[in-house]
Amino acid sequence: MEHMTLLIGIVIVTALAFDFTNGFHDTANAMATTISTGALRPRTAVAMSAVLNLVGAFLSVEVAKTISGGIIDESAGVRPQMIFAALVGAIVWNMLTWLAGLPSSSSHALFGGLIGATLVAVGRHGVHGDAVVMKVLIPALAAPFVAGLAAFAATRLSYFLDRKADPAATAKGYRAGQIASAGLVSLAHGTNDAQKTMGVITLALITGGVVAPHSDPPLWVIVSAGAAIALGTYIGGWRIIRTMGKGLTDIRPQQGFAAQTGAAATILASSHLGFALSTTQVCSGSVMGAGLGRKGAVVRWSTAGRMVAAWALTLPAAGLVGAGAALLADQGTWGVAAVAALGLAICLTIRAAARRRPVTHANVNEEVAVSAAEATGAAPAGAAAAAPVGAPVIAAVAAAEDAPAGAAAGAPVGAAGAPVGALAAAGTAGAAADVADAAEPPGVVTAAIAAVLPPPAGPIAGPGPSSPAPSPSPATAA
Amino acid sequence: MSIDWHALGSVLVVTLLSTVGLVGVFTLGVVGLSRPAAGPAGTALRGGAYVCFAACAAAVAWGIWLIVAK
Repeated sequence: MEHMTLLIGIVIVTALAFDFTNGFHDTANAMATTISTGALRPRTAVAMSAVLNLVGAFLSVEVAKTISGGIIDESAGVRPQMIFAALVGAIVWNMLTWLAGLPSSSSHALFGGLIGATLVAVGRHGVHGDAVVMKVLIPALAAPFVAGLAAFAATRLSYFLDRKADPAATAKGYRAGQIASAGLVSLAHGTNDAQKTMGVITLALITGGVVAPHSDPPLWVIVSAGAAIALGTYIGGWRIIRTMGKGLTDIRPQQGFAAQTGAAATILASSHLGFALSTTQVCSGSVMGAGLGRKGAVVRWSTAGRMVAAWALTLPAAGLVGAGAALLADQGTWGVAAVAALGLAICLTIRAAARRRPVTHANVNEEVAVSAAEATGAAPAGAAAAAPVGAPVIAAVAAAEDAPAGAAAGAPVGAAGAPVGALAAAGTAGAAADVADAAEPPGVVTAAIAAVLPPPAGPIAGPGPSSPAPSPSPATAA
Repeated sequence: MSIDWHALGSVLVVTLLSTVGLVGVFTLGVVGLSRPAAGPAGTALRGGAYVCFAACAAAVAWGIWLIVAK
């Protein structure tokens, strides 16, 4: 039993920060359709989801073991700095996709970061290739289809069984079902995603010699990871909720119920076998399946395509950032400090950019129109204060993004100056506003990502706020 | 490299069966409650509906128990 070093402490704090971003990034999975159909009020929905996340964290440790013992070879010389670098990579990617409103996988961001950092700092033998393929890549490919297929079949069956029933009389029942199944997804999210953080913290403790290899996560790790993800969930990732609730397809309570049951079943069954699959991808898949299952429903393939592109990018992108961060962090104490400063600067910058056009519980059900031109559109008055910061920040983000990926040892040092300025600027903007009201608009980074991933062909025809039974879009009527 | 088809297959089967089963049974319950009927037929219908909901709750509880018990 060694003493816990400062570095391990930093890694644990960073892991919890990742868990927090994981929470607000993935609130959408459980609650997006519940909120968009009006089955629950937005605030109630995220509160319920947060509580069940916490409960779910205590259910199982199978996935945590996949991470702490499976993917990375603990004995190959994995050091806490690398885990720290991996976490920074994952957090940065999570923040970027959140800003863009893309439901990408927090899990893949984490794995990407871990794999990238290990490859750079230890080499190929540090990564269990087989485990990566078997426990991460294959489930990643298969799970959305499994969930989609199940949701599709269930939706078909449900619409077949109640074809003669009075829609007004059944509506209440389906809403109750939707709320219950959303709760199940939150629970599943808690077991699957909170465990990933537990796995990382356990890995850090193992590499620091605090606990023995192949240990189960200690209780305090489980509690803190569960709490961090629950807090993140409660803050609510309204931006992504909007994409999933309104952007993909128009979901009615009956479909939402089928989608979430399918998602929960997939995640729980996989967690049980130690597959660390992406909650996000499973839920997106099941929402699509449920969308296809109702006759006359429209699935917006352009949004789906953007989403899939973000999925494919997640592992390599987070890996790249993680690898760059690992190179830097390996230089010694100043390297770790530089990575911390850079990561913090990027996060604050993104948060400041997010304030330019907030999405909150109040406007989460409004129409989604993601386009680069829109990003310059009317910003709500509350966000105006942050707007002037935007322009200098863009350059800083660009510089900061290039730095870790640039890989040359000298480059990060040169770039380090820029983010410091951004840090100060973003800090002022951030201080002006209240954390609990964290809002998330598209901004400069949205535009940048939109340039890479083509935006939807046209504005999405969504129904008005909180209507329980969405009116069909024009394409449906045609 | 060995792909564990058995584990993947069992996830597929478990997911499909549990999702379709749960949604189907729950839908039957909802439909049962939606028919306004008086007399013994109505009582039977309502009773059947509640049996459906109870079956769903039991299935979910059993699933969670399976996971916790491991």
